[in-house]
Amino acid sequence: MILDQVVTGLLTGLIYGLLALGLSVIFGVMRIVNFAHGEMSVVAMYAAWAAARYLGLDPLLSLIPIAAIFFGAGYLLQRGLIQPFVSRPDYMQFILLISVALILTNGALLVFGPEARGIQVDYAFDSYEIGTFLIDKVRLLAAGAALTLTGLLLAFFRFTLTGKAIRAAADNRTGAQVIGLDIGKLYAVTFGIGTASLGAAGVLMALLNDAIPRLGPELTLLSFVIVIVGGLGSMTGALAGGVLIGVSEALAGTLLQPSLKSMFSFALLVLILLLRPQGLLGERS
Amino acid sequence: MLDVENLDLAYGDSRALNGVSLSVAAGTITSVVGGNGAGKTSLIRACAGMVPAQGGRIRFDGTDITGWAPHRICDLGLGQVAEGRQIFPSLPVLDNLELGAALPRARKAAKQSLEKVFALFPRLAERKAQRAGTLSGGEQQMLAIGRCLMGLPRLIMFDEPSLGLAPAVVKEMFAIIEGLHRDGMTVLLVEQNVVHSLKIAHHAVLLENGVAAMAGTGADLLADDRVRQAYLGL
Ligand SMILES: Nc1ncnc2c1ncn2[C@@H]1O[C@H](COP(=O)(O)OP(=O)(O)O)[C@@H](O)[C@H]1O
Ligand SMILES: [Mg+2]
Repeated sequence: MILDQVVTGLLTGLIYGLLALGLSVIFGVMRIVNFAHGEMSVVAMYAAWAAARYLGLDPLLSLIPIAAIFFGAGYLLQRGLIQPFVSRPDYMQFILLISVALILTNGALLVFGPEARGIQVDYAFDSYEIGTFLIDKVRLLAAGAALTLTGLLLAFFRFTLTGKAIRAAADNRTGAQVIGLDIGKLYAVTFGIGTASLGAAGVLMALLNDAIPRLGPELTLLSFVIVIVGGLGSMTGALAGGVLIGVSEALAGTLLQPSLKSMFSFALLVLILLLRPQGLLGERS
Repeated sequence: MLDVENLDLAYGDSRALNGVSLSVAAGTITSVVGGNGAGKTSLIRACAGMVPAQGGRIRFDGTDITGWAPHRICDLGLGQVAEGRQIFPSLPVLDNLELGAALPRARKAAKQSLEKVFALFPRLAERKAQRAGTLSGGEQQMLAIGRCLMGLPRLIMFDEPSLGLAPAVVKEMFAIIEGLHRDGMTVLLVEQNVVHSLKIAHHAVLLENGVAAMAGTGADLLADDRVRQAYLGL
């Protein structure tokens, strides 16, 4: 029973990891905190819901086109709106992104209304029995997709020239200019990738949770907690933090009370900050 | 090949360059000397497009590059070995080099370029998997030069390449620069080591408080009393 919950939490945590990766990548490279992070992923949840409702598309299929659209939107958002703010004071970036968050939440309220929108796939109640474990099929598929995408992202940053160029620009911006890397373009690609990750995570979460406008701020906060627990700017840290928070939420939900699960995550955050301020996999600066 | 005309540059209210003109002819070594804060780095950064000039023109090989973005200027073949080396400390040596060839002009030749750089700096080949930040100062400077060569530059601007290096390594550094020049590279050299840099220069400029105070052959400047007193302590 408790082990079942650990497995459930671990699977949910893989999706959290992908979600937090989007925040981590953007911060790690540009030092911009995307305060509209959760709100953007709620838009992806609605997109997945609309694709299922009106086009009959399974979220596991609409995942790719929605992530691609989010990449494009993130790229353009960075080029048009955020780039001028990169070198401005933090509070200006904060106001800009909070405005984006408010527009998205209220836009969702206007278009979709305040009620919850859930997706019913026909395998919603299937489950696999593996040994003594009982695992939901939906959750397993969603987690598998999240892990695959996270793996692809890590490989992109490790092995491709563009991925290395982005890491180089994060490591030494002047150095990147010196050798003629196009920093504006790399930043736009980075914002696109971060937005695509949070979009993909939103689509996968739509398989497990109903979409409601007020979920946005909750997901933003959740992602902050994960990124800080895992280590600011560390990509593998985002994944580890996601899994840890996923498991802790699931355990708190069973052992204590479902309403206490966030409190549990925050307690974990405080503990990590006390014992290991740089986060699980972060590097001391 | 590189022509700077009446360049003005200021950071906010403080002026760093005042009507500086300078010409680097193809196939030569041109040295810029001057004390700390004279504006040498500002001059190089303006040519690279990293800081905007308030007035004047910069031409590279006949193309007016004033106001261009750094990545476009690099892609014309104007390379730079920057002050403070500016390598990517947390990336492996190999990735540092590979990124030097990320320019459109250099991408196709990346493999051959890497072989050449490793032939020139065998130490980099030995340490290619190591994080660049763990290299010694001399090795980091070689990495900065190797990374620049990966971009197939036709002119390299060196900004104090021997700063902070042991005397033996300084000699090695000058040998490398002279070797590159012998193989046809055009060089703009900014150095603390005034004697040595004037000795190898065909043409030299003395920069004082953002003004080109004197220009001539390297030998002219070496023989000048003002230069000897201020920079050579003679
Ligand atoms: N980023 C900057 N912001 C403000 N002032 C600067 C900056 N860089 C250089 N300066 C000033 O411009 C002048 C020239 O500096 P620099 O070009 O670095 O000289 P050098 O390389 O000859 O030592 C100095 O007075 C320096 O303090
Ligand atoms: Mg300098």
